[in-house]
Amino acid sequence: MLKISRLVKRFDELKVLDGFDLNALRGSFTVLIGPSGCGKSTLFDLLTGVVSPDGGSVSWMGEAMPHVGRVSAYMQQNDLLLPWRSLMDNALLPATIAGADPAASREKAAALFRRLGLDGFEAYLPGEISGGMRQRCALVRTLMFERELVLLDEPLSALDAITRRSLHGLLLMLQQTFQRTLLMITHDIEEGLLLADDLYVLSRMPMTILLHCRLKVPKPRKPDDPELIRAKTTVMARLDQELNHEVR
Amino acid sequence: MKFGRLVPLVLIILFLTGWEAICRYFAVPDFILPPPSGIARIAVESAPLLLYHAGATLLEILLGIALSVAVAVPVSVAMFAHPTLERSLTPLLVASQAVPVFAVAPLLVVWLGYGIVSKIVMAAVIIFFPITVSLLEGFKGCDREYRILFRLMGAGFWQTFRLLWWPWALPNFFTGLKVGVSVATIGAVIGEWVGAQRGLGYLMIQSNARLRVDLVFAAILYLSAMGLGLWVIVDALGKRVVAWKNQKE
Repeated sequence: MLKISRLVKRFDELKVLDGFDLNALRGSFTVLIGPSGCGKSTLFDLLTGVVSPDGGSVSWMGEAMPHVGRVSAYMQQNDLLLPWRSLMDNALLPATIAGADPAASREKAAALFRRLGLDGFEAYLPGEISGGMRQRCALVRTLMFERELVLLDEPLSALDAITRRSLHGLLLMLQQTFQRTLLMITHDIEEGLLLADDLYVLSRMPMTILLHCRLKVPKPRKPDDPELIRAKTTVMARLDQELNHEVR
Repeated sequence: MKFGRLVPLVLIILFLTGWEAICRYFAVPDFILPPPSGIARIAVESAPLLLYHAGATLLEILLGIALSVAVAVPVSVAMFAHPTLERSLTPLLVASQAVPVFAVAPLLVVWLGYGIVSKIVMAAVIIFFPITVSLLEGFKGCDREYRILFRLMGAGFWQTFRLLWWPWALPNFFTGLKVGVSVATIGAVIGEWVGAQRGLGYLMIQSNARLRVDLVFAAILYLSAMGLGLWVIVDALGKRVVAWKNQKE
């Protein structure tokens, strides 16, 4: 499991994290929700090793490490495909960088292309296909990482509702079919409720956990599930409380 | 669309007709301002002479571009890799842009001689800045998310450079190169003015002194054609290399 203990990060006088704890079980889907500017992105930077913590530790499967960058795959709702590489070459990027056997990697990627309905599009450039297909290609690339932990960054731009729903399906596939452990930060409550096994509501800086919901509703979920609606009410109430507190 | 393309052509024809008419009506002597027809005639009649000199200038420009690119690429990469270097070099680069090329041209001739080298360096100096800056901006324009992705894939600096930053900056590189080739001519010609044995700039100075204004204009015509030709080639090359850029949406 992913264990974050007593993580501290300061930027000059600003305490972004002041002893932040979080555990994510292996194979689970953990979602972090918080007001913008609460330090979610800093947490992510600490996990990926973009910045170094001022204290605390991170461990994966019992092994402590400065950050989990080298055991994580990264996926964003922005597909991050390289526009000058074909879909196949994009999917092969992790293998190319790791110096893996090209023939075996190509075979593996081709199987994933078939699985995700992208076969026949291997030679296309990302600019030539739809947004939904690009995301499927990004998923193939994520699976080519061979890493169990997947970090999902909050969406930078709002996707349209239909693409978003299909992406949710793909994320669940990542968890259920490919047994990945997912950690997602988002500002979309609805999205969090649909996907999370563990949902955490975060406070403003210094970031702490205000609320932890364990959601046992089987997936795929419907937005009108009574338990989800109850959870949503609780989450909203807690967030309102946090925001009102700040206004005063 | 069709009409829009015709407008520049019509303007040029109007301009040339007006010029020709003024020269004939006022009987302007050729050593003051030759009519376009006279320039055209000399451009054809003296083609061997003009081409001989144009060849020298073209070689200077091409080698100047090559030299400039050969220096600009490592410099921009070094500046990108080391922000401290960027901070210390940027003011110098900007200041160097404020120095008129005319001011350094005589010095370069003193240092590098009357031969081709001083002209190549002159052309290189004048296009170094646009190429370096556009490349650097291209490298820096790469989104943070891509860098995180490459970091997590375990890519080192040079792997990231080869697979991400360089292709990312290529469209910028070609933008800089287009600006570069259109102004490289200036560097080469100024170098020839200061001192040379060959080149269109040399021909212009010589012809001017002998009041052969028609030949000066013909040289300008050849220079313009050369600049335009280079621009078209770089533009086409750029469109080919970064075809993916135009495909997006």
